[in-house]
Amino acid sequence: MVLLNNVSMVYENSGTVAANCIDFEIGEGEFVFLVGPSGSGKTTIIKMLTGEVRPTDGDIFVNEFNLRTIKPRKLPMLRRTLGVIFQDFRLIDDKTVYENVAFAMRVVGASKKEIDKRVPYVLELVGLEGREGRLPQELSGGEQQRVAIARALVNSPNLIIADEPTGNLDPVKSLELMLLLEKINELGTTVLVVTHEKELVNSFSKRVIAIDGGCVVNDGMGGYYCYEINE
Amino acid sequence: MNKLNYLISEGFKSIFTHGFMSFASVTIIIACLTIMGSFSLLAVNINDVIKKLESENEMLAFIDETVPDEDALALASKLEAVANVSSVNFVSREEAMESFKDEYENSSIFEEIEPTVFRHRYVVFLNDIGLMEDTKTQLETIDGIADVSAQLEISKGFVTVRNIVSAVSLILIVILFVVSIFIMSNTIKLTTFGRREEIAIMKMVGATNSFIRTPFIIEGLVLGALGAAFAFLIQWGIYTLISDKIMTSIAGAYMNVIPFTALMYPVGLVFLAVGVVVGMFGGSIAIRNYLKV
Repeated sequence: MVLLNNVSMVYENSGTVAANCIDFEIGEGEFVFLVGPSGSGKTTIIKMLTGEVRPTDGDIFVNEFNLRTIKPRKLPMLRRTLGVIFQDFRLIDDKTVYENVAFAMRVVGASKKEIDKRVPYVLELVGLEGREGRLPQELSGGEQQRVAIARALVNSPNLIIADEPTGNLDPVKSLELMLLLEKINELGTTVLVVTHEKELVNSFSKRVIAIDGGCVVNDGMGGYYCYEINE
Repeated sequence: MNKLNYLISEGFKSIFTHGFMSFASVTIIIACLTIMGSFSLLAVNINDVIKKLESENEMLAFIDETVPDEDALALASKLEAVANVSSVNFVSREEAMESFKDEYENSSIFEEIEPTVFRHRYVVFLNDIGLMEDTKTQLETIDGIADVSAQLEISKGFVTVRNIVSAVSLILIVILFVVSIFIMSNTIKLTTFGRREEIAIMKMVGATNSFIRTPFIIEGLVLGALGAAFAFLIQWGIYTLISDKIMTSIAGAYMNVIPFTALMYPVGLVFLAVGVVVGMFGGSIAIRNYLKV
């Protein structure tokens, strides 16, 4: 599913070492937290997994794509196997909830019939039935993040990458959202959640990979935010 | 088909949802095309005037006195067979004398002049005045032609003016074309700047570059065609207004302005082609930076 083999990444312009000899593997159906302080290299790892940047050394395999050698024209194919969720939701303001989710299917060439069948199902799954016609600004933060999850889910990805998905939510909404991601994981989708939130991580019994200074400093099972982040 | 319909409808929808930017793009195309069109039409008219003046710039081929009259008349076909000669008019020595006398009607010293002083001659008209010197040399080699007179300096002057007008208008058209693409792409770039989030989302969910680019190209194409249509109507109005002014002024007695109806099809086609190309190219350039991620 995801394999990082001795991966390093140095930004050419600044010379910053954002990742240094990172090794880890995420198997199919896993739920993994990726934790670490600001500037630890989490965002770089996400960018490498989505093909936004290439590693300067080592190999990354995501859903059988080798991201060190992948051709730019193959990137859309990789991204169709992923669902990405961001802290700031990244919804299109002038599209309704339904249109925001359907949009993700349209851009990969799905037919209207497929869209009409799949979008209501996904909206129901994330608990947004009855809100199809609303615009993003008419929804709460938690609901907007649910729309983003629905959009990430709608193309049936193998892997969902959530980058600080609870960063803009209160603790109750954050927990609800994590429970939703857990439910999605139970339905068979691999989930990788990048987060700062110790309490949240500790309330789930999941694998936690801790990053600092571009290196993996801990990788343990059992849902404990075992690495103290110096922030 | 479903995908194509979606891309086309997205292109059209974007024109209305970004109404102000669409208005700005169309206005810029109208301005560029009208300026470009005005220069082109000015160049076409100057060329036309020069061509008319050129056609009036004739050569005279004098026939040897020893050539009998009937042979002199038969020389017409030999002269017309020379490349670049468009037509010839025979002028007998008597006619030449009369016209000479008419020219100097106040002078009594030419009253007793005899026609034998003059030669039969042909007035020779040319297709291309730029080749006058070569044509003169060829005419001089024909048996029975004693001499050829041509105002080579004047012809060279016309050719120089024509070349300058053509070169200046071509340079201006190329500059305006490049400027149009630049302004158009920047205008569409402003539109895309407001939509960079949408483009980033499209990239993130796996849209191909061509899928993202197509609505912008369609938008550019439609705006370009719309701008071209308005520019054509404005150009028509401006041209008719100015040509009416010229034709009713003193200048109208000396020059003839080509009516717009004689130029409307080429002007319309060129405007449409330039508008569409500028629009599509502008749209394509504008989106380029956002597709690199």
